[in-house]
Amino acid sequence: MTSPDRQPSDPGADATADGERAGRVPGPARASRSSGPPRSPDPSDLLRPRARSERFVRIFLLVCALVSIVTTVGIVVVLVRESAGFFAEVSLADFFGDGQWTPLFDDKHFGIWPLLAGTLLTTLIALLVALPFGLLAAIYLAEFAPERARRVLKPALEVLAGIPTVVYGYFALLYVTPALQRVVPGLAGFNALGPGIVMGVMILPVIASLSEDAIYAVPASLREASYALGAGRLRTVFRVVIPSAFSGIGASVILGVSRAIGETMIVAIAAGQQPRLTLDPRVPIETMTAYIVQISLGDTPAGTLEYRTIFAVGLCLFLVTLLLNIVAHRLRRRMLKGGLT
Amino acid sequence: MSAPSSRTHDLAIRRAELAPQRAFQAIAIVALVLPLLLLLFLFGRSLVDAWPRLNWDFITSFPSRKPELAGILPALVGTTYLMGLTALIAIPVGLGAALYLEEYARPTRLTRLIELNINTLAGVPSILYGLLGLEVFARVLGMGRSLLAGACTLALLLLPMVILASREALRTVPPSLREAAYALGADKWQTLRGVVLPMCLPGVLTGVILSLARAIGETAPLITIGALTYVAFLPDSVHSGFTALPIQIFNWVSRPQAGFHVNAAAGIIVLVVLMLLLNGAAIWLRARLQRRVYW
Repeated sequence: MTSPDRQPSDPGADATADGERAGRVPGPARASRSSGPPRSPDPSDLLRPRARSERFVRIFLLVCALVSIVTTVGIVVVLVRESAGFFAEVSLADFFGDGQWTPLFDDKHFGIWPLLAGTLLTTLIALLVALPFGLLAAIYLAEFAPERARRVLKPALEVLAGIPTVVYGYFALLYVTPALQRVVPGLAGFNALGPGIVMGVMILPVIASLSEDAIYAVPASLREASYALGAGRLRTVFRVVIPSAFSGIGASVILGVSRAIGETMIVAIAAGQQPRLTLDPRVPIETMTAYIVQISLGDTPAGTLEYRTIFAVGLCLFLVTLLLNIVAHRLRRRMLKGGLT
Repeated sequence: MSAPSSRTHDLAIRRAELAPQRAFQAIAIVALVLPLLLLLFLFGRSLVDAWPRLNWDFITSFPSRKPELAGILPALVGTTYLMGLTALIAIPVGLGAALYLEEYARPTRLTRLIELNINTLAGVPSILYGLLGLEVFARVLGMGRSLLAGACTLALLLLPMVILASREALRTVPPSLREAAYALGADKWQTLRGVVLPMCLPGVLTGVILSLARAIGETAPLITIGALTYVAFLPDSVHSGFTALPIQIFNWVSRPQAGFHVNAAAGIIVLVVLMLLLNGAAIWLRARLQRRVYW
């Protein structure tokens, strides 16, 4: 019983002694020796070797946990370093002031707006699909569905989010766009509308599932109070329950938007690869993510300006999604704390 | 003993209220089922389109310039190796991180930072992991466009999911069992190794398999690190170049000829079947886990 209690109380005390011994005994051997079945109790043996292996294990596990931090730092360092090389040659004024994005042409322009507009457009279309469908699904599952239907339908919806995006891209290009062309005049073979709608189906479960959690978490007492005042079920849902769950619903929508902005393959396949500053959903466009794919497919040598453009675009993408995720995290925390105001 | 007139009045109100409620429910059910039906329809169509190419030759052939001769062998082998390697990297690191956070970490600032950071990582678009892999694994560490670089990139991508699943599995082990192990004289690591880990392993594996089912369709990060799109050989080591099933599908979709689109549909069917198999394995494992009661 002593050893687990001992753990916290001996931080740096015999660190040096351990360090010396570690030099003689190779790490893995030490670990396997002391992690076997408990041996016969020799009082000195009970504490010393075990405490040492404890520290080794603890440090190894801490390193595993730190891998995630290293990953984040790695992403930030890679993006910032290569972007710094980019912005040494292209001024911020050009980046945010120019209306054209043509890094691969002879007449080079480096205005990010066409890529941002493409991303904004597809995301908006996706949201127009996912928001009504997702919210209706969430309200039905949380407030009206019988328990058995809920248990079947919720995982079924989540299947939608698990389908590989390259498959969605195929659907958007070869099935959805041709079907839409019969209805929408002037719709090009590559456009923002088809992939946007398919993307909406993809993010629908994010919005539905997280909103459902939020609505389900509203305390029954609020509903009962509303009924006691004579309100019907629909009125209760729309006037009491949904306003109460607003933080959680908002968080789910923001996470869905963030997912749509970072989505790559659907737009790379079906939206065309023509950066264009437009909000017309019928013509080919290019998003930030699709541009990164386009350059990666080519043979752009490392260190060139063209190569660095994808990191500058990546940095934009990172900052936008990070901001959205932070806002969503704040909202969700408010919901979990039960902040109904 | 209320007057009959007031009772019918009540009923009338209730009926007036019920009609919009029923209508709303009907609309909501349609909204819920419509996307599922659409998806089912789209899969049905791709199955019909793929049918002529779904034969053994398709599985065992190399890609070709003639769509009717092309197959997915290198992509299938590449995906299998890639998933295996990814799991080999992601399981120890993810489980290690989960063990640290659940069993060792005290609520310090560092612990909070790690937890916040894992949440943040889960929201980073997968293509940015590709940029990280391109710069760090492929270039700085000199792995090139190899299986190893791809697996390292995917492992980092899966890490938040694996950590989350492992933590949940660790939490299901009741404290009484740990206390029993301590009472028998086991120290902390012995308790974890001998009692806690064997008990939570099925849960951890379920989580890992589910995240692999996600990773098997990941395309963007692999394209970014420069996985090849046309491969006429089988990878022979972790340093070998490779292609994967989703990349092969992307390659075929991007071509103008309709023959390749049929191949893409057939590839999609294979990919989705693999994904369903992984999901099925996870569900089977979870069911087994729920039946077996230790305490």
